[in-house]
Amino acid sequence: MTNSTKNTGSELLTVTGITKIFGTLKANDNVDLDVNTGEIHALLGENGAGKSTLVKMLFGSLQPTSGSIQWRGSTVTIGSPSAARILGIGMVFQHFSLFDALTVSENIALSLGESVDMNDLAQKTRSVSQEYGLPLDPGALVGDLSVGERQRIEIVRCLLQDPALIILDEPTSVLTPQEADKLFETLERLRDEGRSILYISHRLEEVKRLCSRATILRHGKVVGACDPRKETAASLASKMVGADIDIVHRDNAGNTGEVLLALNSLSMPAATPFAMALKNISLDLRAGEVVGIAGVAGNGQSELFDAISGEATQNNPDDVVINGQSAGLLDISERRNLGAAFIPEERLGHGAVPDFTLSENLLLARHQSDKDRFLKLGKIALINRAAVKILARKIVEDMDVRKSGEDPDASALSGGNLQKFIVGRELDRNPDVMVVNQPTWGVDAGAAARIRQALIDLATSGSAVMVISQDLDEIFEISDRIAVISDGGLSAPAPAKEMTRENIGMLMGATHQATSDGSASAAGNEEARP
Amino acid sequence: MDLVVIVSVIISVCAASTPLLLAATGELVVERSGVLNLGVEGMMIIGAVTGFAMAQVTGNPYLGALAAIAAGAFFSLLFAFLTLSLATNQVATGLALTILGLGLSGMIGEGFVGQPGIKMEAVNIPFLTDIPVVGKLLFGQDVIFYSSLILVAAVSWFLFRTRAGLMLRSVGDNPQSAHALGIPVIRTRYLAVLFGGACSGLAGAHLSLVYVPQWVEGMTAGRGWIALALVVFASWRPARVLVGAYLFGAVTIAQFHAQALGIPIPAQFLTSLPYLATIFVLVLIARNRRMTLINTPASLSQPFVPDR
Repeated sequence: MTNSTKNTGSELLTVTGITKIFGTLKANDNVDLDVNTGEIHALLGENGAGKSTLVKMLFGSLQPTSGSIQWRGSTVTIGSPSAARILGIGMVFQHFSLFDALTVSENIALSLGESVDMNDLAQKTRSVSQEYGLPLDPGALVGDLSVGERQRIEIVRCLLQDPALIILDEPTSVLTPQEADKLFETLERLRDEGRSILYISHRLEEVKRLCSRATILRHGKVVGACDPRKETAASLASKMVGADIDIVHRDNAGNTGEVLLALNSLSMPAATPFAMALKNISLDLRAGEVVGIAGVAGNGQSELFDAISGEATQNNPDDVVINGQSAGLLDISERRNLGAAFIPEERLGHGAVPDFTLSENLLLARHQSDKDRFLKLGKIALINRAAVKILARKIVEDMDVRKSGEDPDASALSGGNLQKFIVGRELDRNPDVMVVNQPTWGVDAGAAARIRQALIDLATSGSAVMVISQDLDEIFEISDRIAVISDGGLSAPAPAKEMTRENIGMLMGATHQATSDGSASAAGNEEARP
Repeated sequence: MDLVVIVSVIISVCAASTPLLLAATGELVVERSGVLNLGVEGMMIIGAVTGFAMAQVTGNPYLGALAAIAAGAFFSLLFAFLTLSLATNQVATGLALTILGLGLSGMIGEGFVGQPGIKMEAVNIPFLTDIPVVGKLLFGQDVIFYSSLILVAAVSWFLFRTRAGLMLRSVGDNPQSAHALGIPVIRTRYLAVLFGGACSGLAGAHLSLVYVPQWVEGMTAGRGWIALALVVFASWRPARVLVGAYLFGAVTIAQFHAQALGIPIPAQFLTSLPYLATIFVLVLIARNRRMTLINTPASLSQPFVPDR
């Protein structure tokens, strides 16, 4: 298929009929793409559509099975990332390719092809970062920086190579709205300088705002090209998915009951140099409500989740109260037995054991809480494999988990499908309290809608649900009340209707103690009930 | 004790510390690249027997030392091939390398047991070596001793001042990112492992050509393990390896002198002191998570397989 949209500048990059095969999977099937000078070109598609594979080939980290790449009119082979850099192709990765134990300038030096004088580089870093409004301290240790700052490093080091084409993979997924706005200004400026940008994103509003052309991938094939400015977010989404996406429904307005999870002045010191301390967090989570915890990554979300789930236990039993019982000293299994369920952020290695099958993962999570169902012969505790498999199959059906084989390894599933399975595994217990960290991180739109709906349905049925998420759209879509975590402290939750992106953005930037906005952040009290 | 005695004690501490310093410095580079090679003891003893044998055959201890370096590097190549090219478990492979090295060296060295060795003589620089008191300490020791000090300085400079050293550290911190940036992860790790093997080989040669110039089966006597512990003790910093190696060397020598002076402490207890110190230091370091996290190569002992 070819792009028929009008061309604005001369063609910089033309990809013709590129195919990449992994084993039996066609990750890219005869893909065509062209990028002009001075344009921001969007690459759209669900997870697993082949976007990352395509850009990895453009950046030389993968080699195409067949097809050709033309750069400035002549056919090229991009054998390695350094070859791509020499051509003038730079890339900002989705999962940052940074080194925590090294400084900012060391990280930048590594991506430059030749030996550089470190003092010189620090100078250059400072001047480029200031010029583009991306302030950075060259001597800082990357492990100590926020995610937003890390992304700045990626962008600055890309710019230092003076690239003609910059590839950005999901750049805003980790930024506050204000930070994202700043990024857009930078990108528009780069475009006006005559550079081209290949922009990969799930966020269709952004694509509409920034991009003049879009190429849409589905199942490794190009299924269309369009001008995003002339489309609606819904029309773009249906082009990506190939079908209309269910809209999440919520209709239990404010029917909340008793407190099922209470955090009482929860404080935890930072466990590692790169972790965040929790500061005096108080929250009442009631039956029938979804409370969204918004915030930029690295502000204490994982620490908060660990503290509630029992991965990190407290010193004071009353810090965490589940179902009316003090749980501060209890471990994960004991907290589960009180009726709580937890879904961690990392699916592989935390939510599931990668090399274990789905049914084994199911058993691992529930052998304590559902002893009678899955174990036989009393103390000998023999595994009732049949019962485990039957339930695993039911969860797969309920949650529409797409997999190959009867009982595959967890690592064989795509991120979205594994997440559906894990959510299903916890939902099936009908927990009174559900705490979820980043439920739809890296999950495609269809699966994300399904997971969100399941969480809302759980709340409607009388459970209390807490969703920690960086995705503001998600927070607004499902929450009854919203609180913002920032610098290890939590703002007082406020009804979702009263919250706007702007005041959430303000709270995200707040360092705690300082109350920036009297109405929404009387930090540390338990008021503001719906 | 007069000055001459003190100097001679210091010189013996240097001799006891040099093999630890060499092996630990080599292993530090290996671990900084994210590879844990537990085969130090095995590579060291292979170096010791090869060095001794070559010196016997040629009559030249310097050729012996060169052969030991080559043998250590060659032996580590086996480890590198298994863990890097075939992505086997590094801990298991390293242990296997130690066991193999101990056995293999016994077989190679069978004919050399009990033979008088060829000692690598101390250097003698006219005038300088003859300076009273410090002359012998500063200018009258063996070549391997001087090499070990130069090596620590060179490794420190390489790791923290050169681009290649930065690349090596980046590979140890996050091989996936390094690969994405186009840094050759596997090649870097191969070179690091080979360097570590060469250093261990030279450490072995110091034992069989300088420290006790003869071949005894199992003569490394756990020094490889101390070297491994030293790297952790030093939190992967070359300068601290230097301090640690001399600390442990001093403990070894103190134990001889305590026995000679008839201090009523069981010899076994003193012999075990270095190991107790190792455990003590390990416990101490494990408690300081902050320091360990910043200095520890984050990818240590994790195999890396590039996706293709």
